[in-house]
Amino acid sequence: MLKVEDVHVYYGAIHAIKGISLEVPQGQIVTLIGANGAGKTSTLNTICGLIKPKSGRITFEGKDITGMATPEIVKMGLTQVPEGRRIFANMPVYENLELGAFLNKNKKEVAEAMENVYTRFPRLRERKNQLAGSLSGGEQQMLAMGRALMSKPRLLLLDEPSMGLSPILVKEIFSIIKELNEQGTTILLVEQNAKMALSIAHRGYVVETGRIVLAGDAKELLESPEVKRAYLGG
Amino acid sequence: MLSQQLLNGITLGATYALIALGYTMVYGIIQLINFAHGEIYMVGAFVGVLMVSVFQQGLLVSLVAAMLACMIMGVTIERIAYRPLRRSTRLAPLISAIGVSIFLQTLMTKIKGPQPVAFPPVINDALYKLGPVEISKVQIIILIVASLLMAGLHFIVKYVKIGKAMRAASEDYDTAALMGINVNRVISFTFAIGSALAAAGGVLVGIYFNSVSPFMGVLAGLKAFCAAVLGGIGSIPGAMLGGLFLGVAETLGVAGGFDLYKDAIAFTLLIIVLLFRPTGLLGRPIQRKV
Ligand SMILES: Nc1ncnc2c1ncn2[C@@H]1O[C@H](COP(=O)(O)OP(=O)(O)O)[C@@H](O)[C@H]1O
Ligand SMILES: [Mg+2]
Repeated sequence: MLKVEDVHVYYGAIHAIKGISLEVPQGQIVTLIGANGAGKTSTLNTICGLIKPKSGRITFEGKDITGMATPEIVKMGLTQVPEGRRIFANMPVYENLELGAFLNKNKKEVAEAMENVYTRFPRLRERKNQLAGSLSGGEQQMLAMGRALMSKPRLLLLDEPSMGLSPILVKEIFSIIKELNEQGTTILLVEQNAKMALSIAHRGYVVETGRIVLAGDAKELLESPEVKRAYLGG
Repeated sequence: MLSQQLLNGITLGATYALIALGYTMVYGIIQLINFAHGEIYMVGAFVGVLMVSVFQQGLLVSLVAAMLACMIMGVTIERIAYRPLRRSTRLAPLISAIGVSIFLQTLMTKIKGPQPVAFPPVINDALYKLGPVEISKVQIIILIVASLLMAGLHFIVKYVKIGKAMRAASEDYDTAALMGINVNRVISFTFAIGSALAAAGGVLVGIYFNSVSPFMGVLAGLKAFCAAVLGGIGSIPGAMLGGLFLGVAETLGVAGGFDLYKDAIAFTLLIIVLLFRPTGLLGRPIQRKV
């Protein structure tokens, strides 16, 4: 469904992504794990068109989306829940959700999508008129995910959704990701929490300093000595 | 006496607010102090003069024409002078803005000459008595037009889709794009609205003081910028409040005997307010965007 081929990204003189290739098949959860600064966020932002790659090719459902403007890519059914949630803090919860469906002109569909999000995340319904900035970390993550779901993406990119959350909330978020996938959304999940990510994913890629150093079946990666040593603490 | 000064101050403040809104909206989205904004106001005033004198139009048509002309001009300036510099250092668009400002002043001086021209009569100078205060027809028109425009702006920003997109983009540019918002279009829209408000301010001030000159945008622009910072740059209600506050303070200052320091009042106030509230009256706490 998504294919990234030999992508290079520079920030000025910094060569941040040094030829990353990866593939996300339809219906799967694919995870991208790696330490801080490895290039995970840069990879996602390049896929979404927020950063232009120096070279390489990105195709989504067979169409070349390399260098396309972000709104065009979102329109095709690909969106991202950014690292650090990036909710619109000075707007109420419901306006954040409305913005998630910005491209949908059909008011009835938007209302339905919003109802679905509220059903999935009942705490958002309770707080719908509250400013998003006043929500707790876990609620903000749910809002960020709900907001992305408003555009009914076929491929959802998630950047470290477990960051800064308590273990209970992390579990909750991961079970929601799994549920979303079972209901038909393909997922590319970026995580530092390698164990959790690999346990729900079908496939995994390990990134180190801008390169893919390992790739394979998630269960196999979970058992591989390199991953165990570097990311699972033993 | 005091209520008369208050009324005069509010009238002046309403015009500052109209200009200040453009500074604050543009800054809110692209963190640029649009130094050419005062010149957009000046050109707006000249378009008003042109409409009344050459095309023999009334106030409403002239006002709308000035607003439309400046909308196009504001959007064009952004396209030519700021957009290509979007990904460069913060200083580059700022210098570009100063360039545009000087260009427009010089161009207008070439066309109309450096001397101020009188605004051709377009409304009569009737005076109405409201108890102890006297209010002129011009003042009534300024207050009504400014209120309507600001109410319209509030409505757009709060309830209309493009207004919501504007708020989203000013909170977080990249995330707004992830919502499917075409941020470039939002920026053009912001320049269009800000420039239209400045043009309205230009025409109204031109009529109020019966004088229009190629350099009228310099001081008015600086003061309106002060008003925007006073109110909290990036905050729309802040710009309205800052403008009114400045207009009233300036008028009361002059009435209180500081007439020689008239133009210094705005800047003094700015310094005092910023000492106590660095983010301005209604400004949000400083938050760095990533
Ligand atoms: N805006 C930026 N400007 C300069 N360097 C950046 C920028 N964003 C990321 N980098 C650099 O690119 C590399 C990869 O960063 P990032 O993609 O954020 O990694 P990760 O998400 O895996 O932590 C890092 O070395 C980081 O310092
Ligand atoms: Mg990251």
